Amino acid sequence: MAKTKSLLNADHPLTIEEAYESRPRLWWLYTLILLIVAALLGWSGTSIEYKGLATKGMTIAQGIGYGLVHPDTNLLFNLTNEGVPYQLLQTVAIAVLGTLIGGVLAIPFSFLACDRIVPKPVALIFRTVILGIRTIPSLVWALVWIRVTGPNAFCGVVTESVCSIGMICKMYITAIEDIDTKILESLDAAGCNGFQKVRYGILPQIIPNFISTVIYRFDINVKDATTLGIVGAGGIGAALIQCMNSSRWSMVGAYLTGMIVLMILIELFSTKVRAKLARG
Amino acid sequence: MRKKQKAEAAVKTPLLDRLIPPREITLPNGHTVKKPVSRAPFIAVLTIAAIWISAVVTGFDFRIIIERGHQLGYILGRIFHPNWSYFGGDAAGTKKLMDALFDTIKMSIMGSVIGATMALPISVMASNNINRSTGVVWFLRILLMVIRTLPTLIIAKFAALIFGLGTFAGTVAIVVFTFGIVAKMMYESIETIDMGAFEATESFGANKFQSFWSACMPQILPTYLSYCLYSLEMNIRAAAILGYVGAGGLGILINEFIGWRDYESLGAVLLALFVVVLIIENTSQYLRKKLS
Repeated sequence: MAKTKSLLNADHPLTIEEAYESRPRLWWLYTLILLIVAALLGWSGTSIEYKGLATKGMTIAQGIGYGLVHPDTNLLFNLTNEGVPYQLLQTVAIAVLGTLIGGVLAIPFSFLACDRIVPKPVALIFRTVILGIRTIPSLVWALVWIRVTGPNAFCGVVTESVCSIGMICKMYITAIEDIDTKILESLDAAGCNGFQKVRYGILPQIIPNFISTVIYRFDINVKDATTLGIVGAGGIGAALIQCMNSSRWSMVGAYLTGMIVLMILIELFSTKVRAKLARG
Repeated sequence: MRKKQKAEAAVKTPLLDRLIPPREITLPNGHTVKKPVSRAPFIAVLTIAAIWISAVVTGFDFRIIIERGHQLGYILGRIFHPNWSYFGGDAAGTKKLMDALFDTIKMSIMGSVIGATMALPISVMASNNINRSTGVVWFLRILLMVIRTLPTLIIAKFAALIFGLGTFAGTVAIVVFTFGIVAKMMYESIETIDMGAFEATESFGANKFQSFWSACMPQILPTYLSYCLYSLEMNIRAAAILGYVGAGGLGILINEFIGWRDYESLGAVLLALFVVVLIIENTSQYLRKKLS
């Protein structure tokens, strides 16, 4: 405290040495963090061991490198159902429908989980349900839904819709909690009725947030949809994994190239639209 | 000069306003304002077209859910009656579950620490207020972007093919994933820091590293630690499924139990995962609140 006082005292300004001596010292905090991290690392190291490359490891690594540089152009520009463009279209289609359905389903959930609107116990129950949905990995959801829909792209759509609810709800709830209710009073004073209050007082505050959340989730869902194919839920993953298992590296290269290009385009699009929404 | 301005204005007006000119309204005080055409109908048409195409491509059919939805209820019902013998009742089963669970936690801690440590120097090199060579900055950014587009499961599959099945492959996948995401978030926040102190220390004769260490490090360290914790939160979830492609951890058990249709045991695995995620998320959120 004495030090801070003398820093502010204009009559006796500190010399450079004094100011340097009074710099914040957090070395004990950093040592503590380092010690904790070191302990955790030591503990984790106990069951992760490097057993050298697999017998064919080097060949496979070379194959992957070769495939990425020499993608199979026939497959890359093939417009039939096996070609990369159609597989990518299917992946994006799964993500579009999944995100939209998830975004709509999340609206009632997030209002019911917001303790500004419903009583605290009800909100707590719905929050636990949402956390539960979020914890089950998307791959497990896909494996469960496959028993309902069969192994096809529709399974991917349903999986993505359910998985999206968790994260979208979390962000919707923050948006709902940030609503400024003072506006409602001013609209009341201006003589608005209930519908007008919602239309001009509430919706303009939450709609940009909601759309921004959905677009952000779309970005994630496209990435997720590429892996759902591994369990047979449609999208590019199935073909990619098959080619990897049978070591057809130039085909792997073609699928990966298509995926990387698609994902970069979608990320650029989503960042641009969200920046525009944030600026209004 | 005027011609150039006109051309610039034409470029800046959105395409739609050039096709359909905005409506002009004359206000009572004589000023005129332009009301551009509403974008809503166009966005609505595009969205509906996207939905329709997606529905056709994916073979969307809601009747299937109505007809066979009870199947889901049946499976979920069994998942919500977890097999409690995995929590102490059956010694071998408990050991199997706990080993897999701790493997998952260890993989994500190890992967997060290594990935985040690697990300720090790269993110400094990829931020354009510290690194002045544009070529290197853009090369690193494009590299990071490509790394981030690869799904974790695909990286894990590659790693499992190269390094053999087991936890090492999973750790590699998590290192790559953490590296991509932490480096990106870091260079974005390094670019927003106050560079005044950096310039001041440089003018005193400190070299770039010294001035970065004393002027920028204190500014970015809390953000960095908070990103590390955030990535650890995500990694626990990601690591849980890596076993599906043979990279160790809970995923192996998940794959096994779904294969046998032993949904009660699957419920036990998911319950264990749920508890761990809950503990780690709450600890990490508490620490992150302290950091900010």
